[in-house]
Amino acid sequence: AFLLSFPEAFVSEVHKRISNAFDVFDHEFNHTVDVREIGTIIRSLGSFPTEAELHDIIAEVEEEEPTGYIRFEKFLPTMTKVLMEHKFRPIPDNLLLQAFEVLDQQKRGYLEPEELSKYLMQEGETFTQEEMEEMLSAALDPDKNVIFYKDFVGMMTIDDTQ
Amino acid sequence: MCTYIAMKAAILIQRWYRRYIARLEMRRRYTWNIFQSIEYAGEQDQLQVKPHITAQGSWILFCISLSSFFSFMLDNFSQLNGKEPDLMSRLLDPAVDTAVDPVVEDQRQCRYEHILVPESYSGPHLSFPLSVTDTNALLGAFKEQQNGLPSAENPYIFNGDFVDRGKKSIEIIIILFAFLLLYPDHMHLNRGNHEDHIMNLRYGFTKEVMQKYKTHGREILQLLQDVFSLLPIATIIDNKVLVVHGGLSDHTDLDFLNTVKRHKVKSALRLPKCSVDRKDVRTSSTRQRGGARLHSPHSTGHVPHRRKGHHTRPSSSSSSSSSSSSTPSVCSPHHRPPSPGTPCPTSMLQVPFLDSILSLAPPQPPRDELEWKQVVDVLWSDPKTQNGCSPNSFRGGGCYFGPDVTEQLLRKHGLCLLIRSHECKQDGYELCHNGQVITIFSASNYYEEGSNRGAYVKLGPELVPHFFQYQVSRCTRKLTLQQRVSVAESSALKALQEKLFAHRSELMTAFQQHDVNNTGKISTAEWTQVVDSVLRLDLPWRTLRPRLVQLAPDGDVEYESCFDSISLGQPIPKVAPNLAETLCRYRTDLEIIFNIIDKDHSGQISIEEFRQTWKLFSSHLNMDVDDKAIDDMARSIDFNKDGSIDFNEFLEAFRVVHKLDIKEQQHG
Repeated sequence: AFLLSFPEAFVSEVHKRISNAFDVFDHEFNHTVDVREIGTIIRSLGSFPTEAELHDIIAEVEEEEPTGYIRFEKFLPTMTKVLMEHKFRPIPDNLLLQAFEVLDQQKRGYLEPEELSKYLMQEGETFTQEEMEEMLSAALDPDKNVIFYKDFVGMMTIDDTQ
Repeated sequence: MCTYIAMKAAILIQRWYRRYIARLEMRRRYTWNIFQSIEYAGEQDQLQVKPHITAQGSWILFCISLSSFFSFMLDNFSQLNGKEPDLMSRLLDPAVDTAVDPVVEDQRQCRYEHILVPESYSGPHLSFPLSVTDTNALLGAFKEQQNGLPSAENPYIFNGDFVDRGKKSIEIIIILFAFLLLYPDHMHLNRGNHEDHIMNLRYGFTKEVMQKYKTHGREILQLLQDVFSLLPIATIIDNKVLVVHGGLSDHTDLDFLNTVKRHKVKSALRLPKCSVDRKDVRTSSTRQRGGARLHSPHSTGHVPHRRKGHHTRPSSSSSSSSSSSSTPSVCSPHHRPPSPGTPCPTSMLQVPFLDSILSLAPPQPPRDELEWKQVVDVLWSDPKTQNGCSPNSFRGGGCYFGPDVTEQLLRKHGLCLLIRSHECKQDGYELCHNGQVITIFSASNYYEEGSNRGAYVKLGPELVPHFFQYQVSRCTRKLTLQQRVSVAESSALKALQEKLFAHRSELMTAFQQHDVNNTGKISTAEWTQVVDSVLRLDLPWRTLRPRLVQLAPDGDVEYESCFDSISLGQPIPKVAPNLAETLCRYRTDLEIIFNIIDKDHSGQISIEEFRQTWKLFSSHLNMDVDDKAIDDMARSIDFNKDGSIDFNEFLEAFRVVHKLDIKEQQHG
């Protein structure tokens, strides 16, 4: 019922955005995607869910008996709601920087790869080995072999908004 | 530090980073879609397949049409001075079956011995019979090999598409053939859909050969036409593993395939020679008109497909009406008469120059067509994840086959695995159909630097597959994921921009129809709809929009801005603007045609030949061109010799350039 408060044209735009993103992964051209791609689709539409939140969404859009595929008809209303209600908002730069600073206990302005790996692979919603390696390949300063997190955040944010 | 705070910080970073990676993944994926769409649209240009069910409803016949312009040129170009047979047919359909005629075979042998190798040649010299020294020399001249020489313990199968991929196709097949001759029992080559002389015309191999072998190019191509058609369609390892280039269909019958004389199928793009003459063709097409309409919407056997073909074909249920539009022009005088001395008419079951389809539907298709379809299916099909078998409209040939089709065929023949290629995969290989199908793709960086890894598979004891991946890289420093995605994406976007440019007039007309007040802007929805319908590349235009075009402050699209970054390389001869972009679009086709006309490979054709080509080109496009206009144009092109056109120079004017690239070059 809440959707009625939005102009139809706006909702239609949102639907098309969702449809476009979904289509990129619809390899069989039958309006289904592999459930493992749902996270990518949702995130590429501008949402920042945690893994736990992602699992909740998947549970909502899955079939009664999970098939490994998600149908567009089920995905659309859920995702529309996510976007309209601005669920899973983006993380402001300063908050992100603070997160790194918190981990940098000695306040040196950088983190050793072993430190960062330890945190990200043992705490929170842990990274896989592959995720960690990928981050390090982008974050590590090749000369000093440490992560200057302020630069890292800055660089990634620019790329992100391109 | 408090664990709770560390955990919160970690979750934040992880959440943010995963979002960043997802965006990269999205970009990587649509970049891939762009490359694939453009590639398959090019392939589809050559092979457009449309299934029909006969009145009996029991047989699905595939009808094909070549790229309409190319087909038109082939059909209508004739040798001007009348002394020699049509050049095109000389190149494409040798009048004599040279594999059989011993006289010609002898002549070939003599010719080979008398070929003079220029002193300036510095590459490997082979002597027959071949030895390991020769193959080492070949490999050394080319590159390092990874897995060792073929032997009884180390047999190799190369699964097709040796040519048309990159600029060293001829070197690759020389190496492969040399190994084949040296180790005939341990070296196996399967035919791919690019081992096909018509595909080669479009995809570059023909051009490569003509450029590298000025005197003997044509002979080499004719010889290769035979060789390609003689390559095995499939290989079975230890009665357990089937290896084919493309895949399967629900009609694939290995026992039947085994009986097929495969060299009869010279090209997937032309139906085999048939004894049906033109009169029968006209009659049966009339019959078809009546019959096909009786049938249901599913009558094309065509699962409604979001992906549109490259052609403006009406949808499934009216395909019968498209066959009814194949008018008596089927029997137009444009068709080449049969060459004297051949028992059957030349293979002319394909369409006349317009996009209409000719469908031939005898009650029981001749064996020739059954054979041809079996071969096309095996060389062109792709697996899909869902059950069933549907026409592969993305490619324009073969099928999409589901796990049930695989399961059924493997079980029927007591096989346990299908290994195929045909599709580029990011990691070089991919499993599907519950591990019963392996796709193996060995060319790394296929679309662009960093686009994908290459791989090969080794079957160990018990035929267990082991995969070996690699990626050739020009940079010594490893690129990050972000850098690789950016490079590939940039390349894909450039290709797309060129496509947009090549359809500029059509696009602008359609844009302006929406822009009634002439503001220079239209809505995103309108822009997306226009681009989609003109280019017919099924791509996520909405997602791509910010990368292709500028947005006004109010969110609308400034539609002309998508042409900003492209221009023509050089001042063009006196042609109208929309003609110029048509030339951009057909540039490759024209280049091939000019190269075929250019008998002595001088880079020149006569004014007469140019004039005739131009006339055909214009009439195909329904343009009004008079002789004077053609003469004017010919004169405005640089002459190198008396009465000759340097066609490379002519075509160069229609090569698009990206303005940013020029700027970079200028600033060094």
